[in-house]
Amino acid sequence: MTHSDIRKPFPWHILVFLAPGLLIYLTVSVYPLLDTLRLGFFSEDESGATFFVGMQNYANLLFSEVWSEPFWNALKNNLKFFVIHMLLQNPIGLLLALLLSSPRLRLSGTYRTLLFMPTMLSVVIVGFVWQLLLSPLWGISEDFMYNIGLGDYFDAWLGKEGTALVTLSLISVWQFVGIPMMLIYAALLNIPEDLNDAGVVDGANSWQIFWNIKLPLLLPTISMVSILTFVANFNAFELIYAVKGALAGPNFSTDIMGTLFYRTFFGFQLQQGSPTMGAAVATLMFLIILIGVAIYLFFVQRRIQRFQL
Amino acid sequence: MSFLTIKGAFRHAAKIGLGVFALTTLTAEAGDKLVIESWRNDDAKVWNDVIIPAFNKSHPDIKVTFTPTPPADYNSALQAKLQAGTAGDLITCRPFDVSLALYQKGNLEKLNDLDGMNNFPEVAKTAWSTDDGKDVFCLPMASVIHGYIYNKEIFKELGLSVPKTESDFFKVLEKIKDESRYTPLVMGTADQWEAATMGFQNVGPNYWKGEEGRKALIDGKEKLTDPEYVKVWEHLAKWKPFLGRGYQAQKYADSQNLFTLGRGAIYPAGSWDITTFNEQADFEFGAFPPPTPDGQKTCYISDHTDIGMGLNASSANKKEARIFLSWMAGPEFAELYANQLPGFFPLGNHKISIKDPVASEFLSWRGQCEQTIRNSYQILSRGTPNMENQLWNVTVQVLNGSMAPKAAAEEVEKGLKTWYQPHM
Repeated sequence: MTHSDIRKPFPWHILVFLAPGLLIYLTVSVYPLLDTLRLGFFSEDESGATFFVGMQNYANLLFSEVWSEPFWNALKNNLKFFVIHMLLQNPIGLLLALLLSSPRLRLSGTYRTLLFMPTMLSVVIVGFVWQLLLSPLWGISEDFMYNIGLGDYFDAWLGKEGTALVTLSLISVWQFVGIPMMLIYAALLNIPEDLNDAGVVDGANSWQIFWNIKLPLLLPTISMVSILTFVANFNAFELIYAVKGALAGPNFSTDIMGTLFYRTFFGFQLQQGSPTMGAAVATLMFLIILIGVAIYLFFVQRRIQRFQL
Repeated sequence: MSFLTIKGAFRHAAKIGLGVFALTTLTAEAGDKLVIESWRNDDAKVWNDVIIPAFNKSHPDIKVTFTPTPPADYNSALQAKLQAGTAGDLITCRPFDVSLALYQKGNLEKLNDLDGMNNFPEVAKTAWSTDDGKDVFCLPMASVIHGYIYNKEIFKELGLSVPKTESDFFKVLEKIKDESRYTPLVMGTADQWEAATMGFQNVGPNYWKGEEGRKALIDGKEKLTDPEYVKVWEHLAKWKPFLGRGYQAQKYADSQNLFTLGRGAIYPAGSWDITTFNEQADFEFGAFPPPTPDGQKTCYISDHTDIGMGLNASSANKKEARIFLSWMAGPEFAELYANQLPGFFPLGNHKISIKDPVASEFLSWRGQCEQTIRNSYQILSRGTPNMENQLWNVTVQVLNGSMAPKAAAEEVEKGLKTWYQPHM
């Protein structure tokens, strides 16, 4: 009897090993998502009974003044939040990665750890610490700015309509800059020294080496970091909630999709929560992220050239 | 030697046996253990050390545990727990619509026939009755009074006396600002709710004549754009120069610290602040009611029905819970609660004495002034946009100077118009 005569048994073990993960994924991720999509088509009366209303919730959210004003405001603020991250987090991450990968830098491991540290802190702690630092009453920012001669420019940044969102974005950038830094740093280490050496032999200066050799090779990583930032920013909630509360003041200047969702779904203070309307907001958040990721996949991801090194 | 180890082993086995025994009795007893849901996490100590032991003196067989959730998460956490069927037996009720909604959804039991409910006047029960007043679903526990708390030492140092009228009030503030380095008025706008609660609802009743105005607003006879409401925001707009530097980023806890550190003179207060200040401030402080507009004889105060206690409709221990609620309706609880938590005033008809001087000062205003409750709490915050949240938002803007008083009034009235029939 040869080996090939025996029919291979069905690979049950694969199923068995996949099952726990798949089960967890289906129950805590896929099912709630689908149920949320379903719930968005319903409405609720005083007794808590739900009934089907079709697209009514979405029509309210997008077109009726009471709902559309906060919705567009939150979306606009969310876009600002994202743009600030894109403009600062990735370039700074790239710059730090380049500095860290410089062979002349000593103690680079220490810097790497220090820069990555805030990423691992709880958002609530970060929010609390920065509130203390920036507090006009007990904070040290004011003294610090006086010492460098800029004292007159100090203001209650977290409390004013014009500056609150930008300040919160900067705090978030400070916290998460470690992630693009580490990813880009890892990609940089993967670029073979030969390429740089070849560049040097061909007479390129370090700027030309960066621009023509390193950056093209880093682009896939940078675009991946960007899409991660996009998803994280449009799901953001904790920092705003920890610092400004669910009413995202002053005058909703820091209201983003996450806080709008929280207020709608759970209610706030005397406002009753509405699970159905909340589900509609959550569905729109999901769609916005889906569209963003789709655009990235079709228009960016496909054009990226991957170099075989 | 071997004898000793055997003895040790016995002891060990006995311990394990005892443990198992304790565990089984614990699970057996879980049936008649009452769990209280609350947002007052500050009160855990008082419940555990004083109130529950006092109750157990007369009812040793009923075990009670107090399991609070932080205030900001309470509504959502409670809702989730009720839906999942894991909520406690007794539920601390916020006033008006939040609890009414729970009752309408069948989460709270009707308490009309509870022993001791007749100890409470109608007014006390309104916050937890249906709109027609027929059914009561929570036992009234306590109200909070608004006013100002002031630093007596600073007042003495600067030779100030307690202001009676609005112009007195601003003169006092002016004097503190000009003649000292103290912050005249200690309040921030970062958390937003103080602006509406300690600002608008504190100052306001004097202008809209308490209950009269509150009811007229509900009936639609008065509008927020009427002068008596615009005047409230005009009054608040005048606060701006007297608030501390950077008050836009000053949170509630910051204000409390600022005042208890002796750096500020007057603190727009809710009577619940007394407990915190008693613990933290090492100077003498007093209280005065909101000064009346010049020439007005009657004064009005916000004596807001704030806390009630309801019975979870799906509780497995309704009999025990009712016993506990009836005990809470009696004089013993009222006296304990009022003295343990100065600043929370009982709502029943019992004669009780309050030992804390500042708390009894607050309570004495009930005899001098007309009482009312916050005007956004009954009915008017039922729809979207919600009047309470709108008040937070516009009042902060008025205090920050980014919105005119008139515009604030128009904004809130516009919100009411979108969903509330009498205002359309």
